[in-house]
Amino acid sequence: MQSAASDKRGVVVLRLGEIFLKGKNRRKFSGALVTNARRLLGALEDVTVEPRHLRVLVRHPARLERQVLERLGHLFGLHSMAPATLTTRDVEAIAEAAIAEARDFASGTTFKIESNRRDKSFPLTSTELSRQVGGRVQQATGLPVDVHTPARVIRVELTEESGFVFSRLVPGPGGLPIGTAGHVGLLLSGGIDSPVAGWSAMRRGCTLSAIYFHSFPFTGDRTKEKVLDLARKLAVWHGPLKLHVVHFTEVQKALRAAGPAELAVVLYRRMMMRAASRIAAAEGGKALVTGENLGQVASQTLDNLAVIEEAAGLPVLRPLVTFDKSEIIERAEKIGTYELSIQPYDDCCSLFVPRHPATRARLIDVQRAEAGVDVGAMADELAARAEAIRV
Amino acid sequence: MSRPPDIYLDNAATTRVSREVSQVVLDCMEKEYGNTASAHHLGISAERRVKEARARLLAAIGDPEGSLGDLVWTSGGTESDALGVMGSARARARRGHHMIFSAIEHPAVRQSIARLCRGGWQASEIPVDKSGVVSLDALERMVGEETQVVALMLVNNEIGTIQPVAEAARRVRAIRQDIHIHCDAVQALGKIPVDVGELGADTVAFSAHKFHGPKGSGALWHRHGCQLDAMWGGGGQQDGLRSGTLNVPGIAGLGEAARIAVAEREQHTARWTGFGHMLLAAAKSTGCELRVNGDGAPRAPHVLSLAFRGIPAEPLLHTLESRGVLVSAGSACSERDRKPSPVLQAIDLGPDWGTVRMSFGRETTAADIEQAAAVLTDAVRSLR
Repeated sequence: MQSAASDKRGVVVLRLGEIFLKGKNRRKFSGALVTNARRLLGALEDVTVEPRHLRVLVRHPARLERQVLERLGHLFGLHSMAPATLTTRDVEAIAEAAIAEARDFASGTTFKIESNRRDKSFPLTSTELSRQVGGRVQQATGLPVDVHTPARVIRVELTEESGFVFSRLVPGPGGLPIGTAGHVGLLLSGGIDSPVAGWSAMRRGCTLSAIYFHSFPFTGDRTKEKVLDLARKLAVWHGPLKLHVVHFTEVQKALRAAGPAELAVVLYRRMMMRAASRIAAAEGGKALVTGENLGQVASQTLDNLAVIEEAAGLPVLRPLVTFDKSEIIERAEKIGTYELSIQPYDDCCSLFVPRHPATRARLIDVQRAEAGVDVGAMADELAARAEAIRV
Repeated sequence: MSRPPDIYLDNAATTRVSREVSQVVLDCMEKEYGNTASAHHLGISAERRVKEARARLLAAIGDPEGSLGDLVWTSGGTESDALGVMGSARARARRGHHMIFSAIEHPAVRQSIARLCRGGWQASEIPVDKSGVVSLDALERMVGEETQVVALMLVNNEIGTIQPVAEAARRVRAIRQDIHIHCDAVQALGKIPVDVGELGADTVAFSAHKFHGPKGSGALWHRHGCQLDAMWGGGGQQDGLRSGTLNVPGIAGLGEAARIAVAEREQHTARWTGFGHMLLAAAKSTGCELRVNGDGAPRAPHVLSLAFRGIPAEPLLHTLESRGVLVSAGSACSERDRKPSPVLQAIDLGPDWGTVRMSFGRETTAADIEQAAAVLTDAVRSLR
């Protein structure tokens, strides 16, 4: 070998998730996945993404393997990935690669070879190939073969052009590639839930615009910074996105004055739905996504959710509606938003939250309260004066 | 959105570095950039800068010859407090495991003590009265055979009350001679007279950025003969008390800032007292029920902490900010955690009081205060 260690190339085989199930749409889904993978890996030098039949290959300088795997960990639609050795279709070369994999195993580790031929014209059957390669590995390393309950599996895949050998499978985030399910508006606050709701929508293939309702001076600009930081975290998965900051204070004051105190929260939420629907629809959004949950706080009842949704101009998706708080927190930690969300800048000033919010608001009461103000004009104004920030 | 020019009334949080000070800092970064430990001329001139800073700070705190004690340069108030509290406690750990601190100490002291308590120390908290002054009788009752360290701040950072440190030291020593007394004087230098001889403390903490010096620079004065355990080991600089290459720009900046702060103190304190009166009059004119936190106690002139009944602090702070007046809040405005700070709780301030702290500096002008008074009046009225 003449080439320096720094020039060594590595390969990661991407194994796609549900995309397989999508029949004729498969091309569209894998196309989006490849585009997204290229975006995630774009900043790394000398990394290529090549679609192959049912697989995607990422070739990279060997020294970048850790960074490549880390970035691909943000690729929705990816079921798992395997750092692999690329070989020729020669059995000897395949066996050498398998031996190299096995040398990393602890002594006494049981193993088996699992082969998969895409090219059925290959002279050996899968079973024969596995047996030959397994024999060579056993001979070279002394490791015991166990075809029923092996501790490790070395996989061999043969395509028309080449072979791959790998034994490590790193799980991907699953879901569907971003961009395959349409655009949504995410109601993003500084809390724990809404970033997770946004992430969940992205994982089902949605692109999103984030919408944040700011009530200065009742919430400080630190909270806005915090929401921006959360949006940046989502952008790691999503790619660049737009955050719309809606200046809500004056409207909030007017709504508080318009109806009984216990309806205030429902009135605010309905106005948020109206304004967010307008902002999202203007960007081609087909639904709103919120972090609402059934029963997490006293006012999150089915009655209230129904009355709130009634004001929305788009379908309202609530990915977390049935989650327990601990499940939401677990997911927030995984996504990396939890640490930010628990920073102590509150976005819900007690001045605006009544001591005893209604738990079963009735539409008729809410509409009576809204009759005194021009809610449509207010929502238009909120949407028109929102401040759009690219993150 | 365009902002009005800032009227900075948050000088107890930090101050702007004076032009004279930044020039000194810059010189030490660009010209006399040597390591004080080096034998060549750059090392010597850096060392000269440190000696000069030492002389200036010692003169500013009433020990010009260093006959009573010496200085250790630190990274700021927090480290100075930690070294004073934890360093003295560890040096005395064989004699006993009890310490005493006031209910309104800075977190740098409180949390240092909390760490010691996790390692088996016991601590007693001296209560304060409604005006925010410690009870010396309570302190006397707490001193026991096991007591090793007493920590008492000179000027409280949130409400500005001056604690009777010298009297406390006398009373403690009348009971037991060999107790280490630590004093956090971070908010005091340049605001009230500081004389380490009169204070009677064994260690006294200072921080440059509270008096127009650079951040990341502080000092701990320690009485000759008092025992301190270093927080870490290393190259043995500063007699092993604080290893690490000296931060010459920060130290020189601290020295220069201390010199100016003390030279100008009387001139500024007269102005600051007037500023406090003006803002208080404006607050009263709103008709809102209010309290001057620390009222009835001697207070440092650069801090005015006002509590308004029924007005949450953070919206008031942000309303002031939107009109260019920058202050600090004394409590958080949130549904879940709407609690006054520990200091405000110690002076018995309930959750329906919103506190803002306005604090003045060298650059605060009468015109600033006139403007701020008008803004404050409007803001309080708009939030009632």
